[in-house]
Amino acid sequence: MRRQPVPTRRRFLGLAAGAIGALPAAISVRPAEATPEMMATAIRAVTGGAPVQTGKVKLDIPPLVENGNSVPMTVSVTSAMTANDYVKSIHVFNEKNPQPNLGNFYLKPNAGRAQVSTRVRLADSQKITAIAKLSDGSFWSTTADVVVTLAACTEDVI
Amino acid sequence: MTAALINVPKKAKAGDIIEIKALTSHVMETGYRHTATGEVIPRDIITSFTCRFEGDEVFRADFFPATAANPFISFFTNASKSGKFDFEWIGDNGFSQTASASITVE
Repeated sequence: MRRQPVPTRRRFLGLAAGAIGALPAAISVRPAEATPEMMATAIRAVTGGAPVQTGKVKLDIPPLVENGNSVPMTVSVTSAMTANDYVKSIHVFNEKNPQPNLGNFYLKPNAGRAQVSTRVRLADSQKITAIAKLSDGSFWSTTADVVVTLAACTEDVI
Repeated sequence: MTAALINVPKKAKAGDIIEIKALTSHVMETGYRHTATGEVIPRDIITSFTCRFEGDEVFRADFFPATAANPFISFFTNASKSGKFDFEWIGDNGFSQTASASITVE
């Protein structure tokens, strides 16, 4: 005896119920988020439109994050750190949190080593950009991609 | 309830590059979350951290809603002489906290 998957009334109802069940996930309200444009604006506010070169900066952040509520991050910059050649500041940006800044760090020539660690929140899988401003006025940057499974920042309190 | 944890080496040789770690307890409420009834929970974060050595600024950081709760920060400085590091956190709703740690440089 042969049974074919013919569209019966029962099968149709079952599929319809499944589709309705899946619907809330699809239309859940997206929180406001920063866009790559907002990140570009925030970067311009720091650089003043000066060209940003790639290199010198190292961004250590896990490529895969389970919990976006606390993501360890280390930024280091290759620099002699002498009185006339040092890193003035380090700025870290994101493209998909509600606002584009992750942190600004201001260093002094006697820091010895241009390296900063902190913990940040990430609301989504996204690209992180770190920019360093050197004492000669040049800007250097690097980027890192992070995949986040549990988002932070905007989750509701139950 | 506030409490700060500071990690500064007690002793160092002159010219050593030392790592300083600082952590303070704070909710860092982002201002982007809602209660079950839909009201926005107002922002309450630490916005700035400063470390000074004998009154001179050594390191400063701006924090944002994207900084994790109980903000942790680590940075480096050159140990040139014995003295005292002062740490200061400033935030929303008049939040202010200070801590200090001494170092002996041989």
